Amino acid sequence: MILLWIALLPLFGVLAPLLSVRHGRAACTLATALLPGIALALTLAQIPALADGQALRFSASWLPQLGLDLALRLDGLTLLFNLLILGIGLLILLYAHFYLDQSEPVGRFYAFMVLFMASMVGIAMADNLILLWLYWELTSLASFLLIGFWTTQSAARKGARMALTVTGAGGLALLAGVLLLGQIAGSFDMDVVLSSGEAIAADPRYPAMLVLVLLGAFTKSAQFPFQFWLPHAMAAPTPVSAYLHSATMVKAGIFLMARLHPALGGTPLWTVLVALTGTVTLLYGAWFALFKTDLKGILAFSTVSHLGLVTVLLGIGSPMAIVGALFHILNHATFKAALFMSAGIIDHETGTRELKYLGGLRKGMPVMAVLTSVAAAAMAGVPLLNGFLSKEMLFAETLNTPILAGLSWTMPVLAALGGVLSVAYSLRLAHAVFFKPPRRMPPRHPHEPPRLMRAPVELLVTLCVLVGLFPALLAGGLVDLATQAALGGASPDFHLAIWHGFNVPLAMSAVALAGGGLMYWRHADMRRFVTQFKGLDARFVFERGVQSCIKASERSLTWFEGNSLQRYMACLLMAAVVAGVMGLAKIAPLTGEAGNQPIDGVALFGTAMLIFGGIATAAIHRFRLVSLLMLSIVGLFVALTFARFSAPDLALTQLSVEVVTMILLMLALFFLPQRTPRESGPMRNVRDILLSSALGLVIASLNYAVMTRGGVSISDFFINHSVPGGGGHNVVNVILVDFRGFDTLGEITVLALAGLAIFKLLNRLRLFMPHSDAEGRVWSPDRYPAILTSISMALLPLALLVSVFIFLRGHNQPGGGFIAGLITAVALILLYMARGVDWAQQRLDFPFQPVAVAGVATATLTGVGSWLFGQPFLTSAFGHFSLPLIGELELATALLFDLGVYLAVVGATLMILANLGKVTTPHRPVIESRDNNRGKAASAANKENG
Amino acid sequence: MEALYAISTGTLTACGLYLTLRGRTFPVVVGLTLLSYAVNLFLFSMGNLTTHGAAIVNGTGDYADPLPQALVLTAIVIGFAMTAFVVILAMRARSEMGNDHVDGKKDDHE
Repeated sequence: MILLWIALLPLFGVLAPLLSVRHGRAACTLATALLPGIALALTLAQIPALADGQALRFSASWLPQLGLDLALRLDGLTLLFNLLILGIGLLILLYAHFYLDQSEPVGRFYAFMVLFMASMVGIAMADNLILLWLYWELTSLASFLLIGFWTTQSAARKGARMALTVTGAGGLALLAGVLLLGQIAGSFDMDVVLSSGEAIAADPRYPAMLVLVLLGAFTKSAQFPFQFWLPHAMAAPTPVSAYLHSATMVKAGIFLMARLHPALGGTPLWTVLVALTGTVTLLYGAWFALFKTDLKGILAFSTVSHLGLVTVLLGIGSPMAIVGALFHILNHATFKAALFMSAGIIDHETGTRELKYLGGLRKGMPVMAVLTSVAAAAMAGVPLLNGFLSKEMLFAETLNTPILAGLSWTMPVLAALGGVLSVAYSLRLAHAVFFKPPRRMPPRHPHEPPRLMRAPVELLVTLCVLVGLFPALLAGGLVDLATQAALGGASPDFHLAIWHGFNVPLAMSAVALAGGGLMYWRHADMRRFVTQFKGLDARFVFERGVQSCIKASERSLTWFEGNSLQRYMACLLMAAVVAGVMGLAKIAPLTGEAGNQPIDGVALFGTAMLIFGGIATAAIHRFRLVSLLMLSIVGLFVALTFARFSAPDLALTQLSVEVVTMILLMLALFFLPQRTPRESGPMRNVRDILLSSALGLVIASLNYAVMTRGGVSISDFFINHSVPGGGGHNVVNVILVDFRGFDTLGEITVLALAGLAIFKLLNRLRLFMPHSDAEGRVWSPDRYPAILTSISMALLPLALLVSVFIFLRGHNQPGGGFIAGLITAVALILLYMARGVDWAQQRLDFPFQPVAVAGVATATLTGVGSWLFGQPFLTSAFGHFSLPLIGELELATALLFDLGVYLAVVGATLMILANLGKVTTPHRPVIESRDNNRGKAASAANKENG
Repeated sequence: MEALYAISTGTLTACGLYLTLRGRTFPVVVGLTLLSYAVNLFLFSMGNLTTHGAAIVNGTGDYADPLPQALVLTAIVIGFAMTAFVVILAMRARSEMGNDHVDGKKDDHE
């Protein structure tokens, strides 16, 4: 349980700065430091329990279907990283307190910092591969926010984007690798994975999996060739660089390699990939660090170099190499965090980090001069400091390793070369800033920083010296525990000591120190040599890559879509044809075992009419009104088809929808051109005919294949439960209002929304209104034909009566809310058409939107009502009642739901049709303000459409 | 019978799709309506074709599949709402752009 708290406290800590920021910066810093501080104390309190080398565990089931558990562990490796993450994190918070300007949003900064801290702790503690990956992604996101913290600076935004792209892409590779690893090992649980190393190495998927996991680690830890994002991440505020790029984020990749070393390491592939990448990175970083003129640039490249050093050791993989790697992680974090903070202090107190403006700062800031020089010496590997010890281990291990077979002797040579470069740039860093006479004056007069701002640096430098003097006492135990975890067993018998006697590694150190000194002495000459080469700025390359990606996707979009809906449709249909043909190719024979039913004359006639109507609609589509009439033939025969094949509800619905659709399209056609111009060329027409015929054939074949096959249907359930469970004999209606009531609720909501959207679209619509039809005949002056007027008046009560009847019988006989609603709407629309909008408006003076909304609300509330009786949403109840005169009556709550459907259909249909009819009248929909003058003018100028 | 039914569905699909490939809004709307008839017929036939078997429970025992019917019923109503939306969008587009081309092109030859 304590483990859970260690992981969760920093996460909760994200809120602390946001809540306390208004109480001043000091309160905010203290509040922010509180929860990570407790987490650090809890971690330290676990040390005695770890002494026997067993990991502490906490596990809670989270998403067991995915193999994802909230599983945490605390072993030596976790302990080492937790101390670094939380310990250095707290120092950085103190440092940032002074570093950030008064005007900067410190609460947001601390929140991002703590979020990052929490996600790093999560990586270190995760005992489940997927959980580890989850935290891994969280660090990428948090670091993106931190690097881009100064959002107004272009460099910060670009640097953040680059870091996110590289580490995010690596994260995806890692996810793939982790999933593969989990499959190979049979579990995502860390213990299972770590203990099945031999089985993993023997699996044929091992090389692919290893490469994917290493891609994740290398991108995160800025290994060659992914190192380019790290120097650009220096656009971040210095506390961020000091934290992310010394102690934590870049160490996450290293951590992953160390953590998975028992499962993945030890194979020739691992050794070659990891050790060689590390070597290249070690030299690459060190070489470029030598020629940077920006303090943070030097530190960034030296970080790349030191990460390479650790990677080499992990690649070599012998027990002593692992000891060296873990020890160097600790040492590098101490001196590099101190150096970054020093760079930040110099920047803060002088106004620049550029070497050419710096020099002779020893006079203004004597204490800082000592601190920085000691830290730089530790980085160079000067004896009596911690960096010396771990560098000696590297030298010793490269001497012993056989990884490159006959060429293994190159490893110590390359390592020594790295040592030489490292001494040179460290020397340059300390000497050029503090001791060399200045060439130009810095923008501000240099002076010592505030006492407490320097405190974290002092503490870290003291640790460098103490660990250098008493390594076994201060670091031995910790490194031993961590090594046990990284090796998955007992650690080698080692003793950290200052003096190992006169041996080859010591000679290599001496060579490095002498060579480094010499190199710095001749630095100007080397610089002249280097400046002959044209530099390649990774940022430009990266940005060019991003731009070309955008261009390529734009090109492919244009090719697909071409800003033409027609081409887009054609592409879509072609894809559908291909998919359909591929599917049909697997169906043989096309006619299934059920076969054909006998044909009768009625069916033959219906088919002929459907085909005639369809083809006629398409063939004469340029004459829009005639085409519309042909369409109505199709609609009528579709309704008859439904009736023929035992679907009375569908036939009724189709019939009434057909009426409203035709009214709608006729109305719309009035405002649109009456004819379609001839614009498609013959080629285009042939292509379209071929394409649509092909898809028609595919659909017909598919339809035929399905219909001639029997099959198991789930519908028996509905038929069997309709009467006992839903209280209705009409199964279709019971499905609509009861079994699948939730679907229906969604559908009437869509209906009401469509009505509202149309109401909005009609608002202030400018209209093109012809005074004559396509042949030039003016509209008939007889607007309201007498026969239609009188018949519609007589029909209205009858139609309403029918709709009530259809509604009430819906549960047991064909009918129901949908059909009844459509009939009511048609009756009212007929009234509008026969008598005109003005006449109807006087008698039906209410808006339709509330009707539709009330319908949806009634249906929803009916559903909610079942909660009152402790039942799930939309459970229906029914019972039998006997009324005088009428007799026995069956009532169900589904009827109430159906009433909601009825209201929604009436409201939405009228909202669509009546509002469309009103657009030429003063009653037209106007939302923002009543613009009656314009409405009246429109109606006066134009013929009223009723 | 099934063959006839399938031929009708296929023909309506083809005619509807041909119209949706046209360049003016109104034929596209008509095409979509035609297509939705075809789709409804297609979905309806997933329960196979039954004669004299309306799904009204009365003890005879041989019923048409009610589930595709229920799905198609709502599809018909939603189809109407969507047709209405598209056609009024077309009206709006004509009023904003001054023409009824599906891409809102300016060169309108009426």
